[in-house]
Amino acid sequence: MSQRLSRFLFIAGVFLTLILVAGTVLASTEPSTVPEAVASGSKTPWWAWPIILLVFTFILGILAVLGGVGGGVLFVPLVGGFFPFHIDFVRGAGLIVALSGALAAGPGLLKRNLANLRLALPVALIASSAAIVGAMIGLALPAKLVNILLGATIIGIVIIMATAKKSDFPVVPKPDGLSQSLGIMGIYREESLGKDVEWNIHRTLPGLLLFIVIGVMAGMFGLGAGWANVPVLNILMGAPLKISVATSKFLLSITDTSAAWIYMNSGAVLPMIVVPSVIGIMLGSIVGVKILARTKPKAIKWLVIGLLLFAGLRALLKGLEIWK
Amino acid sequence: MAQAKTTKATGEQIAYANILNIGMFLGLAIIVVTFIIYMLGILSSFIPPQDIPKYWGMKSKDFIHSMGAPTGWAWLAMVGKGDYLNFIGIALLAGLTILCYLVILPILIRKKDTPYVVIAFIEIAVLTLAASGILKSGGH
Repeated sequence: MSQRLSRFLFIAGVFLTLILVAGTVLASTEPSTVPEAVASGSKTPWWAWPIILLVFTFILGILAVLGGVGGGVLFVPLVGGFFPFHIDFVRGAGLIVALSGALAAGPGLLKRNLANLRLALPVALIASSAAIVGAMIGLALPAKLVNILLGATIIGIVIIMATAKKSDFPVVPKPDGLSQSLGIMGIYREESLGKDVEWNIHRTLPGLLLFIVIGVMAGMFGLGAGWANVPVLNILMGAPLKISVATSKFLLSITDTSAAWIYMNSGAVLPMIVVPSVIGIMLGSIVGVKILARTKPKAIKWLVIGLLLFAGLRALLKGLEIWK
Repeated sequence: MAQAKTTKATGEQIAYANILNIGMFLGLAIIVVTFIIYMLGILSSFIPPQDIPKYWGMKSKDFIHSMGAPTGWAWLAMVGKGDYLNFIGIALLAGLTILCYLVILPILIRKKDTPYVVIAFIEIAVLTLAASGILKSGGH
Protein backbone atom coordinates (compact mmCIF):
# COMPACT_ATOMS: atom_id res chain seq x y z
CA MET A 1 0.00 0.00 0.00
CA SER A 2 1.38 3.40 -0.92
CA GLN A 3 2.35 5.93 1.69
CA ARG A 4 -0.18 8.36 0.26
CA LEU A 5 -2.98 5.86 0.70
CA SER A 6 -1.94 5.14 4.27
CA ARG A 7 -2.02 8.86 4.98
CA PHE A 8 -5.43 9.14 3.34
CA LEU A 9 -6.74 6.19 5.35
CA PHE A 10 -5.53 7.72 8.58
CA ILE A 11 -6.99 11.15 7.85
CA ALA A 12 -10.31 9.73 6.62
CA GLY A 13 -10.54 7.49 9.67
CA VAL A 14 -9.82 10.36 12.06
CA PHE A 15 -12.36 12.62 10.32
CA LEU A 16 -15.02 9.97 10.27
CA THR A 17 -14.48 9.09 13.92
CA LEU A 18 -14.60 12.77 14.91
CA ILE A 19 -17.81 13.31 13.00
CA LEU A 20 -19.41 10.16 14.38
CA VAL A 21 -18.45 11.09 17.95
CA ALA A 22 -19.56 14.69 17.43
CA GLY A 23 -22.78 13.48 15.82
CA THR A 24 -23.52 11.19 18.75
CA VAL A 25 -22.75 13.86 21.36
CA LEU A 26 -24.68 16.57 19.55
CA ALA A 27 -27.50 14.19 18.74
CA SER A 28 -27.94 13.45 22.43
CA THR A 29 -29.12 17.03 22.85
CA GLU A 30 -31.59 16.60 20.03
CA PRO A 31 -35.26 15.84 20.55
CA SER A 32 -36.72 12.54 19.44
CA THR A 33 -40.39 12.60 20.30
CA VAL A 34 -43.21 14.82 19.16
CA PRO A 35 -43.99 17.00 22.20
CA GLU A 36 -40.37 17.60 23.15
CA ALA A 37 -39.48 18.15 19.55
CA VAL A 38 -41.80 21.07 19.19
CA ALA A 39 -41.04 22.48 22.61
CA SER A 40 -37.27 22.35 22.74
CA GLY A 41 -34.56 23.67 20.48
CA SER A 42 -31.19 22.41 19.35
CA LYS A 43 -27.98 23.52 21.03
CA THR A 44 -26.06 23.09 17.80
CA PRO A 45 -26.48 25.95 15.32
CA TRP A 46 -28.82 24.77 12.55
CA TRP A 47 -26.39 25.72 9.79
CA ALA A 48 -23.73 23.39 11.21
CA TRP A 49 -25.73 20.27 10.37
CA PRO A 50 -25.73 20.55 6.57
CA ILE A 51 -21.97 21.28 6.73
CA ILE A 52 -21.29 18.29 9.02
CA LEU A 53 -23.41 16.12 6.73
CA LEU A 54 -21.64 17.40 3.62
CA VAL A 55 -18.17 16.63 5.04
CA PHE A 56 -19.28 13.29 6.42
CA THR A 57 -20.90 12.13 3.17
CA PHE A 58 -17.92 13.40 1.16
CA ILE A 59 -15.65 11.01 3.10
CA LEU A 60 -18.30 8.31 2.85
CA GLY A 61 -18.39 8.79 -0.93
CA ILE A 62 -14.62 8.26 -1.17
CA LEU A 63 -14.71 5.18 1.05
CA ALA A 64 -17.70 3.74 -0.80
CA VAL A 65 -15.87 3.84 -4.14
CA LEU A 66 -12.65 2.45 -2.69
CA GLY A 67 -14.54 -0.22 -0.75
CA GLY A 68 -16.60 -1.21 -3.78
CA VAL A 69 -19.97 -0.55 -2.16
CA GLY A 70 -22.82 1.84 -2.89
CA GLY A 71 -23.20 5.05 -0.93
CA GLY A 72 -26.65 4.11 0.36
CA VAL A 73 -25.54 1.02 2.23
CA LEU A 74 -23.02 3.06 4.24
CA PHE A 75 -25.20 6.15 4.53
CA VAL A 76 -28.32 4.69 6.18
CA PRO A 77 -26.75 2.78 9.10
CA LEU A 78 -24.07 5.40 9.82
CA VAL A 79 -26.25 8.51 9.55
CA GLY A 80 -29.16 6.68 11.20
CA GLY A 81 -26.93 5.58 14.05
CA PHE A 82 -24.92 8.71 14.75
CA PHE A 83 -26.97 11.69 13.61
CA PRO A 84 -30.09 13.06 15.31
CA PHE A 85 -32.41 12.43 12.36
CA HIS A 86 -35.32 10.01 12.57
CA ILE A 87 -34.72 6.80 10.65
CA ASP A 88 -37.64 7.68 8.30
CA PHE A 89 -35.80 10.77 7.01
CA VAL A 90 -32.48 8.90 6.88
CA ARG A 91 -34.00 6.15 4.74
CA GLY A 92 -35.66 8.73 2.46
CA ALA A 93 -32.32 10.48 2.02
CA GLY A 94 -30.49 7.16 1.63
CA LEU A 95 -32.69 6.21 -1.30
CA ILE A 96 -32.14 9.52 -3.05
CA VAL A 97 -28.38 9.27 -2.39
CA ALA A 98 -28.30 5.78 -3.94
CA LEU A 99 -30.58 6.91 -6.76
CA SER A 100 -28.40 9.93 -7.61
CA GLY A 101 -25.26 7.80 -7.70
CA ALA A 102 -26.95 5.29 -9.99
CA LEU A 103 -28.31 8.02 -12.26
CA ALA A 104 -24.84 9.57 -12.53
CA ALA A 105 -23.16 6.26 -13.38
CA GLY A 106 -25.96 4.96 -15.64
CA PRO A 107 -25.30 6.79 -18.92
CA GLY A 108 -21.62 5.82 -19.13
CA LEU A 109 -22.29 2.19 -18.21
CA LEU A 110 -25.11 1.88 -20.76
CA LYS A 111 -23.14 3.51 -23.57
CA ARG A 112 -20.15 1.23 -22.96
CA ASN A 113 -22.55 -1.73 -23.08
CA LEU A 114 -21.49 -2.86 -19.60
CA ALA A 115 -24.90 -2.21 -18.08
CA ASN A 116 -27.24 -4.31 -20.18
CA LEU A 117 -30.79 -3.12 -20.71
CA ARG A 118 -32.11 -6.57 -21.69
CA LEU A 119 -30.79 -8.02 -18.43
CA ALA A 120 -31.83 -5.01 -16.34
CA LEU A 121 -35.42 -4.45 -17.49
CA PRO A 122 -37.05 -7.72 -16.33
CA VAL A 123 -35.06 -7.65 -13.08
CA ALA A 124 -35.93 -3.98 -12.50
CA LEU A 125 -39.64 -4.60 -12.95
CA ILE A 126 -39.62 -7.16 -10.16
CA ALA A 127 -37.26 -5.27 -7.86
CA SER A 128 -39.00 -1.90 -8.25
CA SER A 129 -42.45 -3.39 -7.62
CA ALA A 130 -41.13 -5.16 -4.51
CA ALA A 131 -39.38 -1.96 -3.37
CA ILE A 132 -42.74 -0.18 -3.23
CA VAL A 133 -44.06 -2.87 -0.90
CA GLY A 134 -40.85 -2.67 1.14
CA ALA A 135 -41.09 1.11 1.46
CA MET A 136 -44.69 0.96 2.65
CA ILE A 137 -43.88 -1.75 5.20
CA GLY A 138 -40.77 0.13 6.33
CA LEU A 139 -42.63 3.38 6.91
CA ALA A 140 -45.39 1.61 8.82
CA LEU A 141 -43.01 -0.17 11.22
CA PRO A 142 -41.91 1.42 14.53
CA ALA A 143 -38.41 2.92 14.51
CA LYS A 144 -37.11 0.43 17.10
CA LEU A 145 -38.06 -2.54 14.94
CA VAL A 146 -36.65 -0.88 11.82
CA ASN A 147 -33.34 -0.37 13.63
CA ILE A 148 -33.23 -3.99 14.82
CA LEU A 149 -33.98 -5.32 11.33
CA LEU A 150 -31.59 -2.82 9.75
CA GLY A 151 -28.82 -3.84 12.15
CA ALA A 152 -29.39 -7.52 11.41
CA THR A 153 -29.43 -6.81 7.66
CA ILE A 154 -26.22 -4.79 7.79
CA ILE A 155 -24.48 -7.58 9.74
CA GLY A 156 -25.75 -9.98 7.07
CA ILE A 157 -24.32 -7.71 4.36
CA VAL A 158 -20.97 -7.72 6.19
CA ILE A 159 -20.98 -11.53 6.12
CA ILE A 160 -21.86 -11.54 2.40
CA MET A 161 -19.14 -8.97 1.62
CA ALA A 162 -16.53 -10.87 3.63
CA THR A 163 -17.32 -14.34 2.31
CA ALA A 164 -19.09 -14.11 -1.06
CA LYS A 165 -17.09 -15.39 -3.98
CA LYS A 166 -17.08 -13.58 -7.28
CA SER A 167 -16.36 -14.96 -10.69
CA ASP A 168 -15.03 -12.79 -13.52
CA PHE A 169 -16.40 -15.15 -16.17
CA PRO A 170 -18.88 -17.66 -14.69
CA VAL A 171 -19.42 -20.84 -16.69
CA VAL A 172 -22.90 -21.05 -18.16
CA PRO A 173 -23.08 -24.54 -19.71
CA LYS A 174 -26.48 -23.95 -21.28
CA PRO A 175 -28.54 -20.75 -21.22
CA ASP A 176 -32.05 -21.44 -19.89
CA GLY A 177 -35.22 -21.13 -21.94
CA LEU A 178 -36.48 -17.97 -20.23
CA SER A 179 -33.28 -16.00 -20.82
CA GLN A 180 -33.21 -17.25 -24.42
CA SER A 181 -36.79 -16.22 -25.08
CA LEU A 182 -36.11 -12.78 -23.58
CA GLY A 183 -32.89 -12.48 -25.58
CA ILE A 184 -30.79 -11.85 -22.47
CA MET A 185 -27.28 -12.25 -23.80
CA GLY A 186 -24.54 -9.97 -24.93
CA ILE A 187 -20.99 -9.32 -25.94
CA TYR A 188 -18.60 -6.76 -24.50
CA ARG A 189 -15.00 -5.69 -24.94
CA GLU A 190 -12.83 -6.98 -22.07
CA GLU A 191 -9.92 -4.57 -22.13
CA SER A 192 -7.87 -6.55 -19.60
CA LEU A 193 -7.85 -9.54 -21.99
CA GLY A 194 -7.87 -7.50 -25.18
CA LYS A 195 -10.78 -9.48 -26.61
CA ASP A 196 -14.55 -9.55 -26.92
CA VAL A 197 -16.40 -11.68 -24.38
CA GLU A 198 -19.75 -13.26 -25.17
CA TRP A 199 -22.06 -13.99 -22.28
CA ASN A 200 -25.33 -15.75 -21.51
CA ILE A 201 -27.20 -16.38 -18.29
CA HIS A 202 -28.95 -19.31 -16.66
CA ARG A 203 -31.18 -19.90 -13.60
CA THR A 204 -33.18 -16.86 -14.68
CA LEU A 205 -36.38 -17.70 -12.79
CA PRO A 206 -34.79 -18.28 -9.35
CA GLY A 207 -32.71 -15.15 -9.94
CA LEU A 208 -35.78 -13.07 -10.71
CA LEU A 209 -37.58 -14.45 -7.65
CA LEU A 210 -34.67 -13.44 -5.42
CA PHE A 211 -35.08 -9.87 -6.64
CA ILE A 212 -38.45 -9.78 -4.86
CA VAL A 213 -36.58 -10.13 -1.55
CA ILE A 214 -33.87 -7.69 -2.64
CA GLY A 215 -36.46 -5.10 -3.71
CA VAL A 216 -38.40 -5.35 -0.45
CA MET A 217 -35.21 -4.88 1.58
CA ALA A 218 -34.07 -1.94 -0.57
CA GLY A 219 -37.40 -0.19 -0.05
CA MET A 220 -37.74 -1.07 3.61
CA PHE A 221 -34.29 0.12 4.68
CA GLY A 222 -33.56 2.76 2.04
CA LEU A 223 -30.40 0.93 1.08
CA GLY A 224 -29.03 0.62 -2.38
CA ALA A 225 -29.01 -3.08 -3.16
CA GLY A 226 -25.73 -3.57 -5.01
CA TRP A 227 -24.49 -5.84 -2.20
CA ALA A 228 -27.25 -8.31 -3.15
CA ASN A 229 -27.67 -7.57 -6.87
CA VAL A 230 -24.10 -8.44 -7.80
CA PRO A 231 -23.91 -11.92 -6.19
CA VAL A 232 -27.30 -12.89 -7.68
CA LEU A 233 -26.46 -11.65 -11.19
CA ASN A 234 -22.89 -12.98 -11.09
CA ILE A 235 -22.85 -16.19 -9.06
CA LEU A 236 -26.44 -17.40 -9.46
CA MET A 237 -27.37 -16.20 -12.95
CA GLY A 238 -23.90 -16.41 -14.43
CA ALA A 239 -23.41 -12.91 -15.86
CA PRO A 240 -19.74 -11.82 -16.06
CA LEU A 241 -18.61 -9.77 -13.07
CA LYS A 242 -18.23 -6.52 -15.01
CA ILE A 243 -21.70 -6.89 -16.53
CA SER A 244 -23.13 -7.76 -13.09
CA VAL A 245 -21.55 -4.78 -11.32
CA ALA A 246 -22.52 -2.32 -14.05
CA THR A 247 -26.06 -3.66 -14.50
CA SER A 248 -26.51 -3.69 -10.71
CA LYS A 249 -25.50 -0.03 -10.47
CA PHE A 250 -27.88 0.90 -13.26
CA LEU A 251 -30.64 -1.23 -11.69
CA LEU A 252 -30.54 0.91 -8.55
CA SER A 253 -31.72 3.89 -10.60
CA ILE A 254 -34.98 2.02 -11.25
CA THR A 255 -35.42 0.09 -7.96
CA ASP A 256 -34.70 3.10 -5.78
CA THR A 257 -36.89 5.37 -7.89
CA SER A 258 -40.07 3.54 -6.96
CA ALA A 259 -39.21 3.42 -3.24
CA ALA A 260 -38.03 7.05 -3.25
CA TRP A 261 -41.44 8.17 -4.51
CA ILE A 262 -43.17 6.39 -1.61
CA TYR A 263 -40.88 8.11 0.93
CA MET A 264 -41.29 11.46 -0.81
CA ASN A 265 -45.07 11.19 -1.05
CA SER A 266 -45.19 10.17 2.63
CA GLY A 267 -43.34 13.29 3.76
CA ALA A 268 -40.15 11.38 4.66
CA VAL A 269 -37.84 13.56 2.59
CA LEU A 270 -36.23 16.64 4.15
CA PRO A 271 -34.12 18.75 1.74
CA MET A 272 -31.88 19.81 4.65
CA ILE A 273 -30.75 16.17 4.96
CA VAL A 274 -31.06 15.06 1.33
CA VAL A 275 -29.24 17.79 -0.58
CA PRO A 276 -25.96 18.01 1.40
CA SER A 277 -25.86 14.20 1.42
CA VAL A 278 -26.32 13.88 -2.34
CA ILE A 279 -23.71 16.57 -3.06
CA GLY A 280 -21.25 15.15 -0.51
CA ILE A 281 -21.52 11.57 -1.78
CA MET A 282 -21.25 12.66 -5.42
CA LEU A 283 -18.16 14.80 -4.81
CA GLY A 284 -16.64 12.07 -2.66
CA SER A 285 -17.28 9.50 -5.40
CA ILE A 286 -15.49 11.68 -7.96
CA VAL A 287 -12.45 11.96 -5.67
CA GLY A 288 -12.71 8.24 -4.82
CA VAL A 289 -12.60 7.25 -8.50
CA LYS A 290 -9.44 9.35 -8.97
CA ILE A 291 -7.76 7.70 -5.97
CA LEU A 292 -8.91 4.27 -7.15
CA ALA A 293 -7.21 4.78 -10.52
CA ARG A 294 -3.86 5.14 -8.78
CA THR A 295 -4.09 2.60 -5.98
CA LYS A 296 -5.16 -0.95 -5.22
CA PRO A 297 -6.94 -0.33 -1.97
CA LYS A 298 -7.69 -3.88 -0.82
CA ALA A 299 -7.28 -2.78 2.77
CA ILE A 300 -10.05 -0.19 2.32
CA LYS A 301 -12.51 -2.98 1.61
CA TRP A 302 -11.79 -4.29 5.10
CA LEU A 303 -12.03 -0.79 6.56
CA VAL A 304 -15.47 -0.44 4.97
CA ILE A 305 -16.51 -3.90 6.20
CA GLY A 306 -15.38 -2.91 9.71
CA LEU A 307 -17.28 0.37 9.45
CA LEU A 308 -20.41 -1.45 8.29
CA LEU A 309 -20.13 -3.98 11.11
CA PHE A 310 -19.83 -1.13 13.61
CA ALA A 311 -22.83 0.66 12.06
CA GLY A 312 -24.85 -2.57 11.98
CA LEU A 313 -24.15 -3.26 15.65
CA ARG A 314 -25.02 0.34 16.50
CA ALA A 315 -28.40 0.05 14.70
CA LEU A 316 -29.11 -3.28 16.37
CA LEU A 317 -28.21 -2.03 19.85
CA LYS A 318 -30.11 1.22 19.27
CA GLY A 319 -33.19 -0.77 18.29
CA LEU A 320 -32.81 -3.00 21.34
CA GLU A 321 -32.35 0.17 23.44
CA ILE A 322 -29.01 -1.10 24.77
CA TRP A 323 -27.05 1.76 23.16
CA LYS A 324 -29.40 4.75 22.83
CA MET B 1 -35.10 -13.30 -29.42
CA ALA B 2 -31.57 -13.37 -30.85
CA GLN B 3 -29.52 -10.22 -30.45
CA ALA B 4 -26.90 -8.99 -32.89
CA LYS B 5 -23.39 -10.08 -31.89
CA THR B 6 -21.81 -6.70 -31.37
CA THR B 7 -20.05 -4.93 -28.54
CA LYS B 8 -22.03 -1.79 -29.35
CA ALA B 9 -24.99 -0.78 -27.21
CA THR B 10 -28.44 -1.13 -28.78
CA GLY B 11 -30.40 1.90 -30.03
CA GLU B 12 -32.77 1.85 -27.07
CA GLN B 13 -29.83 1.60 -24.67
CA ILE B 14 -28.19 4.69 -26.20
CA ALA B 15 -31.49 6.58 -26.18
CA TYR B 16 -32.02 5.69 -22.52
CA ALA B 17 -28.47 6.77 -21.66
CA ASN B 18 -28.82 10.13 -23.43
CA ILE B 19 -32.01 11.09 -21.60
CA LEU B 20 -30.54 9.91 -18.30
CA ASN B 21 -27.43 11.99 -18.85
CA ILE B 22 -29.27 15.23 -19.59
CA GLY B 23 -31.88 14.73 -16.85
CA MET B 24 -29.32 13.82 -14.23
CA PHE B 25 -27.22 16.96 -14.80
CA LEU B 26 -30.33 19.13 -14.92
CA GLY B 27 -31.70 17.57 -11.71
CA LEU B 28 -28.44 17.97 -9.83
CA ALA B 29 -28.03 21.57 -10.99
CA ILE B 30 -31.57 22.36 -9.84
CA ILE B 31 -31.14 20.82 -6.38
CA VAL B 32 -27.90 22.75 -5.84
CA VAL B 33 -29.43 26.09 -6.92
CA THR B 34 -32.69 25.59 -5.01
CA PHE B 35 -30.81 24.50 -1.89
CA ILE B 36 -28.70 27.67 -1.98
CA ILE B 37 -31.92 29.72 -2.31
CA TYR B 38 -33.34 27.80 0.67
CA MET B 39 -30.24 28.19 2.86
CA LEU B 40 -29.83 31.90 2.09
CA GLY B 41 -33.47 32.52 2.94
CA ILE B 42 -34.12 34.22 -0.40
CA LEU B 43 -37.63 32.77 -0.31
CA SER B 44 -39.59 32.33 2.90
CA SER B 45 -39.89 28.70 3.99
CA PHE B 46 -42.82 26.64 5.24
CA ILE B 47 -40.49 25.63 8.09
CA PRO B 48 -37.54 28.02 8.43
CA PRO B 49 -34.15 26.22 8.24
CA GLN B 50 -33.32 27.20 11.82
CA ASP B 51 -36.44 25.38 13.05
CA ILE B 52 -35.88 22.13 11.16
CA PRO B 53 -33.72 20.57 13.93
CA LYS B 54 -36.81 20.68 16.17
CA TYR B 55 -38.62 18.30 13.85
CA TRP B 56 -36.16 15.97 12.17
CA GLY B 57 -36.14 13.60 15.15
CA MET B 58 -39.86 12.89 14.64
CA LYS B 59 -41.36 9.99 12.76
CA SER B 60 -42.37 11.32 9.35
CA LYS B 61 -46.05 10.64 10.06
CA ASP B 62 -45.89 12.69 13.28
CA PHE B 63 -44.01 15.44 11.47
CA ILE B 64 -46.74 15.65 8.84
CA HIS B 65 -49.54 15.62 11.38
CA SER B 66 -48.02 18.17 13.75
CA MET B 67 -46.87 20.59 11.05
CA GLY B 68 -49.63 20.06 8.51
CA ALA B 69 -46.84 19.38 6.01
CA PRO B 70 -47.95 18.35 2.52
CA THR B 71 -47.94 14.74 1.34
CA GLY B 72 -48.20 13.35 -2.18
CA TRP B 73 -48.04 16.08 -4.80
CA ALA B 74 -49.45 18.76 -2.46
CA TRP B 75 -45.91 20.19 -2.28
CA LEU B 76 -46.47 21.61 -5.77
CA ALA B 77 -48.84 24.18 -4.29
CA MET B 78 -46.04 25.25 -1.92
CA VAL B 79 -43.26 25.46 -4.47
CA GLY B 80 -42.96 29.19 -3.78
CA LYS B 81 -41.59 28.30 -0.34
CA GLY B 82 -37.82 27.89 -0.06
CA ASP B 83 -37.96 24.38 1.43
CA TYR B 84 -40.48 22.95 -1.02
CA LEU B 85 -38.70 24.58 -3.96
CA ASN B 86 -36.05 21.88 -3.42
CA PHE B 87 -38.59 19.22 -4.35
CA ILE B 88 -38.48 20.28 -8.01
CA GLY B 89 -34.96 18.86 -8.47
CA ILE B 90 -35.64 15.83 -6.27
CA ALA B 91 -38.84 15.03 -8.20
CA LEU B 92 -36.98 15.44 -11.48
CA LEU B 93 -34.32 12.93 -10.39
CA ALA B 94 -36.98 10.54 -9.13
CA GLY B 95 -39.08 10.92 -12.27
CA LEU B 96 -36.28 10.58 -14.77
CA THR B 97 -36.58 6.81 -15.07
CA ILE B 98 -40.22 7.08 -16.18
CA LEU B 99 -39.16 9.53 -18.90
CA CYS B 100 -36.40 7.16 -20.04
CA TYR B 101 -38.89 4.29 -20.35
CA LEU B 102 -41.27 6.52 -22.33
CA VAL B 103 -38.41 7.31 -24.72
CA ILE B 104 -37.41 3.69 -25.34
CA LEU B 105 -40.97 2.39 -25.64
CA PRO B 106 -41.50 3.53 -29.28
CA ILE B 107 -38.10 2.03 -30.21
CA LEU B 108 -39.09 -1.31 -28.71
CA ILE B 109 -42.48 -1.15 -30.47
CA ARG B 110 -40.77 -0.40 -33.82
CA LYS B 111 -38.53 -3.44 -33.27
CA LYS B 112 -41.63 -5.55 -32.53
CA ASP B 113 -39.86 -6.66 -29.34
CA THR B 114 -43.13 -7.72 -27.71
CA PRO B 115 -41.81 -9.09 -24.36
CA TYR B 116 -39.87 -5.90 -23.68
CA VAL B 117 -42.72 -3.67 -24.84
CA VAL B 118 -44.89 -5.40 -22.23
CA ILE B 119 -42.17 -5.14 -19.57
CA ALA B 120 -41.65 -1.43 -20.32
CA PHE B 121 -45.41 -0.76 -20.25
CA ILE B 122 -45.82 -2.47 -16.87
CA GLU B 123 -42.74 -0.70 -15.46
CA ILE B 124 -44.11 2.68 -16.52
CA ALA B 125 -47.41 1.78 -14.82
CA VAL B 126 -45.62 0.66 -11.63
CA LEU B 127 -43.42 3.76 -11.41
CA THR B 128 -46.33 6.06 -12.24
CA LEU B 129 -48.36 4.42 -9.49
CA ALA B 130 -45.47 4.93 -7.05
CA ALA B 131 -45.11 8.56 -8.13
CA SER B 132 -48.84 9.25 -8.06
CA GLY B 133 -49.04 9.54 -4.29
CA ILE B 134 -51.84 6.97 -4.08
CA LEU B 135 -49.54 4.55 -2.25
CA LYS B 136 -48.15 6.97 0.31
CA SER B 137 -47.71 5.69 3.85
CA GLY B 138 -49.15 7.77 6.69
CA GLY B 139 -50.23 11.31 5.86
CA HIS B 140 -53.45 13.10 6.73
